[in-house]
Amino acid sequence: MDVSKPTLAVWKLASCDGCQLTLLDCEDELLAVAGRVRIAHFLEASREVLPGPYDISLVEGSVTTAADAARIRAIREQSRTLITLGACATAGGIQALRNHADVAEYTSLVYAHPEYIATLATSTPIAAHVDVDYELHGCPIDRGQLLGVISALLAGRKPDLPAHSVCFECKRRHRVCVVVAHGLPCLGPVTRAGCGAICPAQQRGCYGCFGPMETPNLAAEAELLGATGMAPDDIDRLYRLFNTTAFADLLDAAGEKS
Amino acid sequence: MRSGDAAVLIDVADLSALFGALHRRGYTIVGPTVRDGAVVVAELGGAQELPYGWGVDTEAGHYRLRRRADDAAFAHCAGPQSFKDVLHPPRARLWSADRAPDGTPEVVPEPPSEKRYALFGARPCDLAALGVLDRVLTGGDHPEPVYTGRRDGTFVVAVECTEPGATCFCASMGTGPHARDGFDLALTELVDPDHCFLVRTGSPAGAEILAEVPTRPAPGETVTAAAGLVDRAAATMTRHMPDEPLPPLIAASRESPHWDDVASRCLTCGNCTMVCPTCFCTTTEEVTDLTGDHVERWRHWDSCFSVDFSYLHGGAVRTSGQSRYRQWISHKLGTWPEQFGMSGCVGCGRCIAWCPAGIDITAEAAALAASRTGQEQS
Ligand code: SF4
Ligand code: SF4
Ligand code: SF4
Ligand code: SF4
Ligand code: SF4
Repeated sequence: MDVSKPTLAVWKLASCDGCQLTLLDCEDELLAVAGRVRIAHFLEASREVLPGPYDISLVEGSVTTAADAARIRAIREQSRTLITLGACATAGGIQALRNHADVAEYTSLVYAHPEYIATLATSTPIAAHVDVDYELHGCPIDRGQLLGVISALLAGRKPDLPAHSVCFECKRRHRVCVVVAHGLPCLGPVTRAGCGAICPAQQRGCYGCFGPMETPNLAAEAELLGATGMAPDDIDRLYRLFNTTAFADLLDAAGEKS
Repeated sequence: MRSGDAAVLIDVADLSALFGALHRRGYTIVGPTVRDGAVVVAELGGAQELPYGWGVDTEAGHYRLRRRADDAAFAHCAGPQSFKDVLHPPRARLWSADRAPDGTPEVVPEPPSEKRYALFGARPCDLAALGVLDRVLTGGDHPEPVYTGRRDGTFVVAVECTEPGATCFCASMGTGPHARDGFDLALTELVDPDHCFLVRTGSPAGAEILAEVPTRPAPGETVTAAAGLVDRAAATMTRHMPDEPLPPLIAASRESPHWDDVASRCLTCGNCTMVCPTCFCTTTEEVTDLTGDHVERWRHWDSCFSVDFSYLHGGAVRTSGQSRYRQWISHKLGTWPEQFGMSGCVGCGRCIAWCPAGIDITAEAAALAASRTGQEQS
């Protein structure tokens, strides 16, 4: 075992495993990753667990229980660089729909024995609990961005994680805008780049899984969505789908201002 | 007649001979074709891939293909791409480097593009845009290598406009719809009574290619009819820039309250700069692989609508939407002439049609002009 190699740990909180799978999906590059880092904790890939501290921690999932909240603090203490993966870890995920609802009512509908469920009233992103060094957005994350961040950290340089709109990537890929040419709803103008505009590339609108871009103009975007025939409630629901807390916080802030 | 040689006619069926002559000389032909509901710029295998029978309806934030009653190939405008996409591509590798066994890096320069391009169907505004990019990217002490390499030896087949879109305003920018120079061959499309093209040559290379294509002499009335179609196109354009020198207008508008108005509508999405045939801004990115022994430098399109674009040490200086929209329009219409001795806007209307929010550079300039007049009166 090469002790000089940096160690990598992968952690999971409340999530679907899709983002961790993105790492396993890097089939061609996985051996190269394993050649450069010592995988110290990655239960989805190996039962072997090495003790911390860890040089790089990748964290998937949101905080939905008191145990999660304690665990993420312990993970942070053991991690030199902490990177959160995906809409759950960066924005609470779909499970944050509960934040605006009654959790007791949800659990009573979903579980046969709701009394066994110990859960918090909210699903919150990791950054609401501990300091985060880098965030990889998306539901799921983009494989290229994940490898890019790991390569950058290994080379000791700053990762390239743009915060501008998906439209930049859409145009750089020579896609035809579905809003202008087809009158479809698309959240690309208010959504953070990183996926390579995969949805518009399939002739459908972006549904915002990478969360808000750096300076989202949600009011102007709502006008565009309305022009496609969407009702205000549907627009609200579209914003609150994958990045519930991120877009909702902006909407709430805008609502308070007006 | 606007050029030395007498104009001739090419029948529509013989456009394939023109393609053949270009292919025989090794050109990669790029031009308009239909894909995903728009006329895009792509490599063309033959004349049959031109958008015969397609027209477009454009408006601010709106573009729709429409079937035409005739088979015209060039009755469309303001597609989402331009020849910038070919000559100044969105992503390009500048160099790469590998670590030698002794640890020293060995830099491998990027080989120049092997393709020579024939730009087929360049509109007069496209010709003007090429002139702007030539000035910006090939001039000075540090020519941009990717553009310079691809532009070198291009063959240009221009097409005059007979059916401008509602978003076009080249006539008011003095760039169209007549093609005056900057081409090897210039076509004017006539569909009635026979579908044919009036051809003028603009260079010895153009004359050489044309000699390999079946042509017939153009009767005087056909030449007059073609010129009339282009004159009519100029007369039907409804959009125009304010009829006053723009740089002083923009300079006087620096603190205009109008920036708040446009920022309330602007998404800072960057689409306008991406589709603009003269916007040239790029940024570079280092890409390392996992082994750490290989590195590449890529450059890709950037836009003054991204916050990082104005990053100086310590932070970005243009964080508000107001300041970023102002930067775009100020550069296009205000500071570009001072910097490069020409307008940064050629009047193609792409930024108007392809802005999802339908923000119209001519309307914003008019609003600035109106609010300045208002201020002067008060
Ligand atoms: S399709 Fe969507 S992401 Fe692409 S340019 Fe249009 S609005 Fe932007
Ligand atoms: S286009 Fe939008 S919804 Fe689709 S993957 Fe990208 S960010 Fe997610
Ligand atoms: S500013 Fe707009 S109209 Fe002018 S050249 Fe650019 S895209 Fe065309
Ligand atoms: S308008 Fe913006 S993107 Fe276009 S050339 Fe000027 S600074 Fe660059
Ligand atoms: S003017 Fe239109 S295309 Fe340009 S950044 Fe604003 S909303 Fe996007």
